[in-house]
Amino acid sequence: MMKRRILSILIGALLTGSPISPAISQPAKPAAGGANISDGVVKIGILTDLSGLYSDLSGAGSVLAAKMAIEDFQAAEKGKTFAIELVSADHQNKGDVASNKAREWFERDHVDMIGDLVTTSTALAVMPIAKEKNRITIVSGAAATLITGKNCTDTNVHYVYDTYALANGTGKAVVKQGGDTWFFLTADYAFGQALEKDTTAVVIANGGKVLGSVRHPFPGTDFSSFLLKAQSSGAKVIGLANAGTDTTNAIKQAAEFGITPKQSLAGLLMFITDVHSLGLKVTQGMYLTEGFYWDFNNETRAWSKRFFEKHRRMPTMVQAGVYSSTMHYLKAVKAAGTDEAKAVMRKMKDTPINDFFAKNGRIREDGRHVHDFYLLQVKKPEESKYPWDYYHVRQVIPASDAVMPVAQSECPLLKK
Amino acid sequence: MFELLGITPQALYGQLLIGLINGSFYAVLSLGLAVIFGLLNIINFAHGAQYMMGAFIAWLGLTQVGPWIGDPEFHLNYWAALVIAPLLVGAFGMIIERTMLARLYRLDHLYGLLLTFGIALIIEGLFRYAYGVSGQQYELPEVFQGAFDLGFMHLPKYRAWVICASLTVCFATWYVIERTKLGSYLRAGTENPRLTQAFGVNVPLMITLTYGFGVALAAFAGVLAAPIFTVSPLMGADLIIVVFAVVVIGGMGSILGSIITGLGLGLIQGLTKVFYPEASAVVIFVIMVIVLLVRPAGLFGREK
Amino acid sequence: MSKTAIGFAVLVIAGVIAPMLGIYPTFLMKCWCLALFACAFNLLLGYTGLLSFGHAAFFGAAGYITGHAIKMWGCSFEIGILAGTAFAAVLGWAFGVVAIRRAGIYFAMITLALAQMIYFVWLQMPFTGGEDGLQGVPRGTLFGVIDLSDNMNLYYVVFAIFLCGFFLIYRTINSPFGQVLKAIRENEPRAISLGYDVDKYKLVAFVLSAALSGLAGATKTVVFQLASLTDAHWHTSGEVVLMTLLGGLGTVFGPVVSAFVIVGLQNQLADKVGSWVQVIMGLIFVVCVLAFRRGIVGELLAFARKTGIVKA
Repeated sequence: MMKRRILSILIGALLTGSPISPAISQPAKPAAGGANISDGVVKIGILTDLSGLYSDLSGAGSVLAAKMAIEDFQAAEKGKTFAIELVSADHQNKGDVASNKAREWFERDHVDMIGDLVTTSTALAVMPIAKEKNRITIVSGAAATLITGKNCTDTNVHYVYDTYALANGTGKAVVKQGGDTWFFLTADYAFGQALEKDTTAVVIANGGKVLGSVRHPFPGTDFSSFLLKAQSSGAKVIGLANAGTDTTNAIKQAAEFGITPKQSLAGLLMFITDVHSLGLKVTQGMYLTEGFYWDFNNETRAWSKRFFEKHRRMPTMVQAGVYSSTMHYLKAVKAAGTDEAKAVMRKMKDTPINDFFAKNGRIREDGRHVHDFYLLQVKKPEESKYPWDYYHVRQVIPASDAVMPVAQSECPLLKK
Repeated sequence: MFELLGITPQALYGQLLIGLINGSFYAVLSLGLAVIFGLLNIINFAHGAQYMMGAFIAWLGLTQVGPWIGDPEFHLNYWAALVIAPLLVGAFGMIIERTMLARLYRLDHLYGLLLTFGIALIIEGLFRYAYGVSGQQYELPEVFQGAFDLGFMHLPKYRAWVICASLTVCFATWYVIERTKLGSYLRAGTENPRLTQAFGVNVPLMITLTYGFGVALAAFAGVLAAPIFTVSPLMGADLIIVVFAVVVIGGMGSILGSIITGLGLGLIQGLTKVFYPEASAVVIFVIMVIVLLVRPAGLFGREK
Repeated sequence: MSKTAIGFAVLVIAGVIAPMLGIYPTFLMKCWCLALFACAFNLLLGYTGLLSFGHAAFFGAAGYITGHAIKMWGCSFEIGILAGTAFAAVLGWAFGVVAIRRAGIYFAMITLALAQMIYFVWLQMPFTGGEDGLQGVPRGTLFGVIDLSDNMNLYYVVFAIFLCGFFLIYRTINSPFGQVLKAIRENEPRAISLGYDVDKYKLVAFVLSAALSGLAGATKTVVFQLASLTDAHWHTSGEVVLMTLLGGLGTVFGPVVSAFVIVGLQNQLADKVGSWVQVIMGLIFVVCVLAFRRGIVGELLAFARKTGIVKA
């Protein structure tokens, strides 16, 4: 791959001063009469975390999901389609690495769409570049509402989840279940603060009360001091406005100090991989919200089992989202007959999404993919019957409740 | 008085105890650094990585070794790990000392720092490659399930054990170095290696063993940490910088000094978490600045 | 022509024609920024003998200040860069006042701890965006005329900034001031006995080095249009030590060469080997310390002297 790229650059530089696309198997004929595909190939880049903290929930699994989507699309079209190529790279969760790679992909390698983009820092770094170069970004991994808020772009889709949907889903449900007094354990940086603010609003709006909060340093290892504070507050629910190892450490230590199950924890940004690594013993009874659960119905199970065959782990919502969004993108390219970003984006926004991931999903003008979410509760160890049987689906949160209403959005694209 | 500060005395005792527990990790780690520095005159940047190795060996022993040797029922339990991990990591340290550090003693001491920095990167990178960074969970041993009710707080049994074990190790080390014959050789070697050698003490061997011991202390702390913190390749990296600040504050002049500084700073950090949690990440660094401005040699240091 | 003059000529020509050869300009700009950073660091480690393990603080801080000045206060490119550089200089002065009280290993540990403290400040301050970084810094125009959103224009501006910084360092090293620094490096007690106020010289060198590191960080922010925590992290401090060490301590061109080697290596390897990059960096460190202490340029010079290509 790399060699070919270097070669192509060299040839490109030598002959014309501008890179040529690498020679790949060209299609016999463009599918939908006279497809206007730039340089003859639709190139998809998966920019993800292949070695860091988020590699379990996206990483190689996301690359695999994109590959499956391409293969399935080609199989469904029986090969009579444009050429598709997949590239992937590790952004190491660093904004500058991501922006560098994205520029290189757009300017030199003619990548048409970049997907996954786990972590907000990388998503926010790549989106403006894509807009400038008129290419598409489909964010599946990142969480911030900024992506479809203040920083929204007209060439971006935020496909899977955001902190609003998670905070809203979990916050509302927990208050309704009687957890009406809250104490927040908040990672002391922009992300944690935003999550705390969003959830506080939800709790109060639903008649709950916030008794206090404590800001812990990020990344934190020892949460015992903070947990003791949460304990003495007497709140029924401790909201974890943090992510990754901070969340897992806090959950583990809450069990150690006997805080759970007397007080219950609410994970505001958690993935099935976190539950998998912590085990049901410490996580049982927790509420969380996700945009996808593999064991929801026959359709989700069928796809997830195919994924499991190849990856040996069940898909996270991010990985499932990468598959679904890549498929949607390819179908839109076919329908539009071009890979020009604006035209494809129009098609993507005009076509509802109906697959195992979303039912009647649609992409709003700000790029938000509006779909259902699931309120989940972690099973007790004895309730889990087979590997990865982790959740009770307590409620399907309808799209209209899960997604930030247009009126609240700060995205200029919605103000017309 | 306590009510003015918005906290009951009970809650305060609990927080102080937690501060002391965290301080005992600082104490064991800074003690290891001080022991190594005393004889080798280098700062062991790989200390954090070796701490992480200790935790990983415990985790590997509990969950992975069984399948490796074809007997899935085999588990290296916590107590065995507490002995084996320091031995293994100590041996690993001695190999590093013999093959690499020993070549640098005639050069500027900074090269020792740079070398161990490189080693830390390699160790962490290898563990990242093998186990990812999302972290592994080490299950609390059966004996330590549950907690003591102290009236003012709910003290998990394991935390109580951490503080006992680390204080015992710290003071045993202090006793050996300051009060025994072996310790007197060590101190003599620190003061004047050539003269000590002339008296028939094998100084190079002593250096190797000392490095091994300091590193073993790090691994011991790692095993202690495994059940309460997530076992991850990055667990030592940030911790070691805080421990460096602890060492600068203490001054590395005395063994006892480094133990006391470690515990004291744990307490101060614990209090910061109660009264001004926003500053708890930086409080030790701020104290370092103040100490340096007032006493550049550190609290227990001697000006060289 | 002296060999340094030849070196300069090669550097300028290489810098001017590199983007025309089809090498990716953003990559080159990153290299020049890090090369300047490494040269600034070398001024301290190679010529003054002070090992700072906290230089990322200046690199990162200038990035944030520049980014914020340009994005939120609407400053022009030049003012933004100057603001970042000035802030790094002030920060460098503060670090210096505290750290120069101790020498050697203590100095390294103190600078590391101070930089970590600054890192937490950036992490918690709202304007930096925490983990998300400060995004979307506009590139703007140079003196209101040259459009910097064009990669080629920006490239030559960045290269010019590098050359200015590089030349300033070169002049410093070869000035009487630089001679005193070298004397301090070689034998501090003797320098004291000759009546030099050693601490003052060290402090000036430290501030200069911090300011130029800041210049590099500020420029990098404009190139990538973002300032992030990565630049302020201790990994970056370690990287700059590595660049200086690999290039050759106390060689003028060493850090430039190794900045290209390291950035190129990271660029090429990151996609393929992921976490091995860190292992490889660590290995280079170990090899440099154990067997290759003169670094690339240092070894080349030694080789040239031995074979008589260059007179000693």
